[in-house]
Amino acid sequence: MTATLSKVIVVGASSGIGEAVAKQLAGAGASVALLARRQSELDRVAGEIRAAGKGQVFVHAHDVTHFDEVPALFEKVVSELGGLDGIVYASGVMPPLEEGEYAFAKDRQMVEVNLLGAMAWLNPAAATFEAQHGGTIIGISSIAGERGRRGNPGYCTSKAAFSTYLESLRNRLARYGVNVTTVKPGFVDTAMTQGKPGLFWVISPEQAAETTLSVARRGAGAQAIVPWRWNLVMGVVRTLPSFVFRRLNF
Amino acid sequence: MKRVPNRSLRATAAWQVQSGFGRSVRAACRTVAPGSIDELAEVFRLARSEGLSVAFRGAGRSYGDAAMNREGLVVDLRQLDGMLAWDPQAGIAEVRGGLTMEGLWRRTIQDGFWPAVVPGTMFPTLAGCASMNVHGKNNFAAGPFGEHVLELELLTAKGETLRCSPTENPEVFTAAIGGLGMLGAITRLKLQLKKVHSGRLRVTPVAAPNLEAMFDAFEARLPRADYLVGWLDSFPRGAGLGRGVIHQANYLHAGEDPDGAAWLNVERQGLPPSIFGFPKHQIWRVLRLFRSKPTWRLVNAAQYQKAAWGSKRPYLQSHVAFAFLLDYVPNWRLAYGREGFIQIQIFVPHAAARETFRDVLRIAHDHGEPSFLSVMKRHRPDGFLLTHALDGWSLAMDHRVTARNREEIWKLAHDVHQRVRAAGGKFYFAKDAALRPDDVLQSYGAQTLSRFSAIKRRLDPDGLFASDLVRRVLPQLALDRSPEAVAPDPSADVSRA
Repeated sequence: MTATLSKVIVVGASSGIGEAVAKQLAGAGASVALLARRQSELDRVAGEIRAAGKGQVFVHAHDVTHFDEVPALFEKVVSELGGLDGIVYASGVMPPLEEGEYAFAKDRQMVEVNLLGAMAWLNPAAATFEAQHGGTIIGISSIAGERGRRGNPGYCTSKAAFSTYLESLRNRLARYGVNVTTVKPGFVDTAMTQGKPGLFWVISPEQAAETTLSVARRGAGAQAIVPWRWNLVMGVVRTLPSFVFRRLNF
Repeated sequence: MKRVPNRSLRATAAWQVQSGFGRSVRAACRTVAPGSIDELAEVFRLARSEGLSVAFRGAGRSYGDAAMNREGLVVDLRQLDGMLAWDPQAGIAEVRGGLTMEGLWRRTIQDGFWPAVVPGTMFPTLAGCASMNVHGKNNFAAGPFGEHVLELELLTAKGETLRCSPTENPEVFTAAIGGLGMLGAITRLKLQLKKVHSGRLRVTPVAAPNLEAMFDAFEARLPRADYLVGWLDSFPRGAGLGRGVIHQANYLHAGEDPDGAAWLNVERQGLPPSIFGFPKHQIWRVLRLFRSKPTWRLVNAAQYQKAAWGSKRPYLQSHVAFAFLLDYVPNWRLAYGREGFIQIQIFVPHAAARETFRDVLRIAHDHGEPSFLSVMKRHRPDGFLLTHALDGWSLAMDHRVTARNREEIWKLAHDVHQRVRAAGGKFYFAKDAALRPDDVLQSYGAQTLSRFSAIKRRLDPDGLFASDLVRRVLPQLALDRSPEAVAPDPSADVSRA
């Protein structure tokens, strides 16, 4: 069964994969609500979508860590869209962490943005989709959640938890015909990765968005590593014993 | 349990997918479950200040959207339960509204008292029974549940407790019973129970080959029956249209049942743990295999033939086994599949009932959707403002809903409602998922609805109480409570812990 994505909320739509997903959805004729912190960037994205003359677009400046604002804003956005059949959670942060640095403030920020913000937005969407027996949830997680790398414990933890949360939602909602897709990109050319050393197989946000929507539209509810060749790496990474993995410098 | 958050309800109340008992209507609703009357009053205060409407939910046994509120807050009242006082001499029980019918009879039967009116299941809360003014198989003789309520307490929108009875605030009493929870939360009830001398009833089955014979047999037994209920096989057309089986039940007088006292023991009143050797909790899975129309036609035919060819002799049956037929198969509603079912229950005046029922059964056939389970009962009028009862008959029909036939089922319901309106009939909100405002306006009358509106405006001037059902069928009762439409309440401090 192919998933319909015609009335979609994109959280984290002002840059990176979220922006690309929003543009591609609107390009396919969907009504899209764009949410992110930076009003100016949202206006830019909305302007580009409107200039392309395809789907309808709504804009709301919102900080995903303001959890109490979410329920009322969710209802307002659903009302603007005239219903809801899809939601994309693409917000994410990865503040740089120095060797030997243990910063609770950074860990907390990552957990709040990458995980708790997702729960705040996806819970009402999940309840709505369960009630209407249909809908698509797309979470942009990361391959970083596959193992606990020494490079950034907080980020790996937040993405591992996000992936597990999405898997639980998928298992909870599949019986109601709701499609939950977890996307785990490798390196994507976004603000988050700019200036980071040692990147390879870097893809553009547009490529990541295209694969994301392609996987989601299949409607089966799945998780996908993007691009596919990262599966080969992650197959090895997952099976490495701990005493080997802890010696790696990433 | 979703307890009451200590700050903004709009921001922090848990989302819960709520559905009617029929599972064919569903909505994601903010839901809280106060654990005390004080917490409930606090919920009202917060909801009022935040522009959230409030709908009450008990055991969730209303078939449609009566206990759903997609635009506001659902308040689950099941924790406000318990028996406050029991007088085993007079048979008077004082209970919290969240106590279930099961909780009531389990406490009282050993003293020889049985609830005077029970619905077909023991799981509804007593506040829910009062708010819907439920009826039983003895409506023609005992009236509705409300006639056995001696007194009740409402927690109003302003957080005030209002005591009502037939003599104290009688206008509110007759409006709150059957009032769909639109006047306040029923937090306490005083009930008069029925004295019984045995834990069993004498039950007599009668098979009837068509609808006319069903009516004839029913009417012949009315003068000497305490309970009467008719099951209809809705599949045959022509000469067998409306064939079915009637069960008449009578209380046993003192000394009539030598084991009567022993059967007043709670343990003797249980339902069987298995049916035909299957654990009863798994029976719905077996029933699910028969949910297509051809197989259900066979099941109905077998049921009828079993009664037609079987013994017509009376037998003794426990109160629980006779009254709560729906509880024999736990989760039986799941057998209808993922999209559930709706029940259309119509009430038709006596003079028009035979012709109307015949037409309604034919309408269902014309839509290609004969009812899977149909039940008829006899009723009498009562004095409650939004009563569904009249001097006539009711027919309840269950229709399976699928993704494919959903539109057809709602069209069928609409056609049935039109036919009932033409016959001067009424409808029952506890079962409904498909009525329209004009159906309700015609059947209940503008004057009655305006009297109810006036009482609601007096007790709930801000329109705090509303539900999806009320918004659908009585939109004049549901005010706009969006944040933009509600001025902040200066007395409310939503940030207070």
